[in-house]
Amino acid sequence: MMSSNTASSSAAVAGSADSAAPRRNSKKPKYSRFTQQELPACKPILTPRWVISAFLLVSVVFIPIGVVSLFASRDVVEIVDRYDNDCIPDNTTDKVNYIQTPGDKSCNRNITVPKRMKQPIFVYYQLDNFYQNHRRYVKSRSDAQLRDNSSASDTSSCKPEDMYNGKIIVPCGLIAWSLFNDTYSFSRNSSQLNVNKKDISWKSDREHKFGSDVYPLNFQANGTVIGGASLNSSIPLSQQEDLIVWMRTAALPTFRKLYGKIEVDLEPNDVISVTLQNNYNTYSFNGKKKLVLSTTSWLGGKNDFLGIAYLTVGGLCFFLALVFTLVYLVKPRRLGDPSYLSWNRNPGGR
Amino acid sequence: MPEERRKMIHFRKLYSFACFHSKYEHSHSQIGQKGYSRVVYCNDPYHSEAVELNYRGNYVSTTKYSAANFIPKSLFEQFRRVANIYFLVVACVSFSPLAPFSFLSILAPLIVVIGATMAKEGVEDWRRRKQDIEENNRKVKVYGSNYMFHETNWKELRVGDIVKVRKDEYFPADLVLLSSSHEDGVCYVETMNLDGETNLKLKHALEVTSHLHDENSFKKFTAVIKCEDPNEKLYSFVGNLSCDGKEYPLSIQQLLLRGSKLKNTEYVFGVVIFAGHDTKVVQNATDPPSKRSKIEKKMDKIVYILFSTLVLIAFVGSLFFGIETKKDFSDGNLRRWYLHPDDTTVFYDPKRPSLSAFLHFLTALMLYGYLIPISLYVSIEIVKVLQSSFINQDRHMYDEETDKPAHARTSNLNEELGQVDTILSDKTGTLTCNSMEFVKCSIAGTAYGRGMTEVERSLARRRGDPLPETGHDVQGHEGEKSVRGFNFRDERIMHGQWFNEPHWDIIQKFFRVLAICHTVIPDKNEESGEIMYRAESPDEAAFVIAAKEIGFEFFRVTQTSISLRELDYEIGEKVVRKYKRLHVLEFSSSRKRMSVIVRNAENQLFLLCKGADSVMFQRLSKNGRQFETQTKDHIKKYAEAGLRTMIIAYRELGEEEYKSWDVEFSKAKTSVTTEHDVSVDELADKIERDLILLGATAVEDKLQKGVPECIDKLSQARIKLWVLTGDKMETAINIGYACSLLREDMKQIVITLDSPDIDALEKQGDKEAIAKASFESIKKQIREGMSQIKSAKENDVKFGLIIDGKSLDFSLKKDIDNSFFELAINCASVICCRSSPKQKALVTRLLKGETGKTTLAIGDGANDVSMLQEADIGVGISGVEGMQAVMASDFSIAQFRFLERLLLVHGHWCYRRIAMMDVSAQLCVKYPFLYLEGVENILFGWSCILGWMFNGFLTSIIIFFWTTKSMIKQAFQRDGQVVDYEVLGVTMYTCVVWAVNCQMAISINYFTWIQHFFVWGSVALWYTFLVIYGYLPPEMSTTAYRVFVEACAPSVLYWLITLLVVICTLLPNFTFRAFQTQFRPMYHDMIQINEFEGVETDELPRRVRKKLHLMERLMQRNS
Repeated sequence: MMSSNTASSSAAVAGSADSAAPRRNSKKPKYSRFTQQELPACKPILTPRWVISAFLLVSVVFIPIGVVSLFASRDVVEIVDRYDNDCIPDNTTDKVNYIQTPGDKSCNRNITVPKRMKQPIFVYYQLDNFYQNHRRYVKSRSDAQLRDNSSASDTSSCKPEDMYNGKIIVPCGLIAWSLFNDTYSFSRNSSQLNVNKKDISWKSDREHKFGSDVYPLNFQANGTVIGGASLNSSIPLSQQEDLIVWMRTAALPTFRKLYGKIEVDLEPNDVISVTLQNNYNTYSFNGKKKLVLSTTSWLGGKNDFLGIAYLTVGGLCFFLALVFTLVYLVKPRRLGDPSYLSWNRNPGGR
Repeated sequence: MPEERRKMIHFRKLYSFACFHSKYEHSHSQIGQKGYSRVVYCNDPYHSEAVELNYRGNYVSTTKYSAANFIPKSLFEQFRRVANIYFLVVACVSFSPLAPFSFLSILAPLIVVIGATMAKEGVEDWRRRKQDIEENNRKVKVYGSNYMFHETNWKELRVGDIVKVRKDEYFPADLVLLSSSHEDGVCYVETMNLDGETNLKLKHALEVTSHLHDENSFKKFTAVIKCEDPNEKLYSFVGNLSCDGKEYPLSIQQLLLRGSKLKNTEYVFGVVIFAGHDTKVVQNATDPPSKRSKIEKKMDKIVYILFSTLVLIAFVGSLFFGIETKKDFSDGNLRRWYLHPDDTTVFYDPKRPSLSAFLHFLTALMLYGYLIPISLYVSIEIVKVLQSSFINQDRHMYDEETDKPAHARTSNLNEELGQVDTILSDKTGTLTCNSMEFVKCSIAGTAYGRGMTEVERSLARRRGDPLPETGHDVQGHEGEKSVRGFNFRDERIMHGQWFNEPHWDIIQKFFRVLAICHTVIPDKNEESGEIMYRAESPDEAAFVIAAKEIGFEFFRVTQTSISLRELDYEIGEKVVRKYKRLHVLEFSSSRKRMSVIVRNAENQLFLLCKGADSVMFQRLSKNGRQFETQTKDHIKKYAEAGLRTMIIAYRELGEEEYKSWDVEFSKAKTSVTTEHDVSVDELADKIERDLILLGATAVEDKLQKGVPECIDKLSQARIKLWVLTGDKMETAINIGYACSLLREDMKQIVITLDSPDIDALEKQGDKEAIAKASFESIKKQIREGMSQIKSAKENDVKFGLIIDGKSLDFSLKKDIDNSFFELAINCASVICCRSSPKQKALVTRLLKGETGKTTLAIGDGANDVSMLQEADIGVGISGVEGMQAVMASDFSIAQFRFLERLLLVHGHWCYRRIAMMDVSAQLCVKYPFLYLEGVENILFGWSCILGWMFNGFLTSIIIFFWTTKSMIKQAFQRDGQVVDYEVLGVTMYTCVVWAVNCQMAISINYFTWIQHFFVWGSVALWYTFLVIYGYLPPEMSTTAYRVFVEACAPSVLYWLITLLVVICTLLPNFTFRAFQTQFRPMYHDMIQINEFEGVETDELPRRVRKKLHLMERLMQRNS
């Protein structure tokens, strides 16, 4: 459907005119196909055949992809358990007060496995209505401090969580300060299910963004204003994987973060009992908290959207191809027919 | 030699009677009053009062900027662009902590854009400056305090200085002529740069000063000139000169204008009265304007829309921001505690939510600034520079003869070339070569001359007749040297062969008339001995040259005699024949003829006469009409061929008759009453009767090569052509026919003030009455024209409007100009003759304002400068002499015919700039109506712009929601990692890059490797950037650190989303395009398709033209 014209005839004409003895120091422009705008070109033309084939091609490619993606998504087993409301004692009126008051806030949950889950099973916590993408929040960190012990005093971007009593806070800033501090432990048939919390962060973060010689300092030292979790000050930041995961801020207010991996298969109808510490305050901003267990496929986690979208677009293109074919068959015409010129069809209609 | 010259020129007094009028009493009474207050102390520039008056010096500057005001003024120019103002504000704010990103990333593009454009302006202005310096430092001889003439620079002249100007030099300022090398104080001036007229003008010194000839005589000379204030009127001047206690009136006859050139006179002395910017030529110049193309103006409007959108988005955003922020801290409760709302800065302070909302609004304005396409300006600027270089490089617009390629002097207006609606063209030097050639003649009823004119050739070509062998008129004809002004080939009468013709005696008389009946001055070149002819009009020169070439060489003129050298057949050698010239009855536009009365060596008295056919045939005697029918026939043919014809006749006078007439005539000539002109005319009329017809001449006002074809093509593209010329009406009409601007089937509407009543009023000299009567007459003529057009609308008759300068003056007045333009727009072609430079500019401005369409002005002389500057696009002809027009133009081409390619090809391409080109050059020229797409602004119309905006909106919606929908929450890789903002950002941006480039690809109609390179190159560049930038250490790459390599690339989801989203964003536009091509194709679509299918569409133009005609009718009816 591409017509290709090589050097047009005028090029040849211009070339022959050249043969005349050139004037010395002539200002005659030199000939090149580029400057004379005579480059060989192909001119795609939207002929019916070309349009129909394009639509058909799209649908032929898209529909299989849609089917495959949908299958992949269906293969994934995902368990979502919202616990923020259930883990507050029933008689509590002021949830915020409850969560802010120190004390034991453990809570037990039972989860039934619907289908066989092959290891690794990923454990996520999901927060809702939490604006990790808020401009103030996102900027409230010091990459230099996190990376390198010698830049510990680089806290200018961390206010107000930069200093405590004139001493530098490491890691500084609102993100680190508000570190998620709910904890989960799992057991099946009263035997502990081990949660592997190693390698849950990005490798590049561990190795290049969080220093192995940077240790927490004065972190959460302010007793009156408590943020989130505290950190073991004897472990370097590069090994504080919960912190590393948390500090990769999410793009939207609803997000999941990796908590750990369960590295055994779970069988259908297994009942998993979860003991969790409900510490994190999402109540003041009406945020939900969910615990998520999920396997993955080659496509990642469970999401039907992609497959459905592929199928829809593929179907639409197939439909359009049909429409064009029908129109072409019912009302065939030579494209060059001038009576179809836009202004010929509608004289003066402007 | 000077002695001889002085003598020979005395005969001027014989016929220059028309020059002295006694009409200035009226205006001279105003001297000393308002508007007439200038006082010049001649020869005394240091006079105490002159110092006090402190008139301007002779320094002239045409630059737009000076060193001092360059920065502020050019910055101001820059900030006429709305977008630049926005970016300036943003740049200022970006230094505050409000900035969402570093000030450098906001400021850098602004500085680059503005800096580049300013540099361009600077360079352009520097060139103008260099030219000014050259002109200001030209040398002139000035009379100094040591009573000697010494050389000085032009710029150092002061008002009151006496200067000496030599032959062929330009006058350095406006001078009052004091004396010349000719004894009677006349001199000849070429005013081509002022009004485009090529004939020499005669100027007279006052008698009281004409004796001043040497340095000594100036020692004692003092005088005071009182005159009008500086103004732009080239054809009028009022003043008087007081000398020795007496006052002498001064008129335009004594004024030598800057910009004109001294000719045929060894030297003149003059006193400077207007210098520098006070001179009439500079007063006529308008400031070099900064032109902006319509698309640029439209872009401003688009930027307004985008800016409003931006403000709206920012406003809504900050409104919600304020509400949310306020909620963060109420009654001591912290809502979003992780933001620390209790200890915060003013930007997020929940206690002052409205203030933080406002500050957020400012931030948002910057943050969403990408809506305002600053990069668009940059890329348009780059594209324009490229387009300009394409224009400069085009070999089809290169002229071998003058060795000049086309040159785009500004790149601002390239796309405007694709939207030209009306062309305003100068005549001389633009349409015509400014040379007259004697091509044909009809003598005794026989037509001679085998040459073919340009018009005939193009007519023949149009009819499809085979072109006859053209060897005869090709220059450099073998064995014969071509003579300028002579393109006559006929073996029957050349080389003395005329003697063998049956009517050889008539042929002899015919050429003798040509050789004698004129006011030409021969100028012998001392070195080569060749004789050059200096004529007031190029026609006359052509006649004299023709006579010489045939064998009647006019070589000397004295006070009372005129000498020819011709072959005597009886003795077979050349003899000199001397004629006594008794009277010259001058040419004037009302008489339309000229005659001389001579006495030959045989003591016979002859009246030799040449004139226009309209007045000549009625003056023939009964027995002089022998060849009338044949001659008339020939004249008609010549006129059709675009030639200017003259009837040649003579009469033998009786001694008695002459004597009695001579007495009366001499009496009438010396009388100074108001009836002077009338009685002289009457007497002339009395003797120019009972003529005997000899034949007719046909002179070609040589059109430039290819002009008729070019005009034809342009008219097919529905581009209107107006000719604005300083020429006489007859000449202009003639050229109109010659270049197929006027055709036989067209009706002419002539608007003129050359009517008897107006003339009569003018004699009385009552200015107000003249103005009133003229006004009424013009009004009436316009009304009549309109009614003619209305009544003829149904019959499909085309009209040509011809209007002269004086009428134009009235027509352009406020209360008429509407109806005048209505008339003009309804005519297929318009010719304005006798128009001054200022009028040309005025017409251009009014036309621009009235129609709102794009105008293009084309011209070659300094008299076209203001027109070129006024028009949307000014095109200068860089052909022969004078660079002023080129300097003032936006584009320069060597020949008029290149306009076709400039508009139809480059204009079309530039207009469709994204695609670089859609159809090839040949197709553009083959289908001129393609050009209409530009004029109608189809491709950059609002519907199109809004369509693209909508498409962009749709695309962004698809990209955002589909990406987030399919990525957020769940793991996006097998290893369970979830998406953070970095990965999401990279994914979205990948989709954007693909979508933009693919959208571009499907709207490109013409793919060369360059398009492929840039489209796919940008996509590749994005991935390369991701990889390389991601591998920089995290201090530099921060959020981009290894995102692509570690997170995105291994994820199948990432690639699948890219594919899905990109195809989806393309679907709406693609489907639309497919349906459009199928059902409502545009011109270029169709032509492409036809070309693709190899169909010749000869029927297409005709059908389209019919439809277009219908459309036009409808539009007219609607308006």
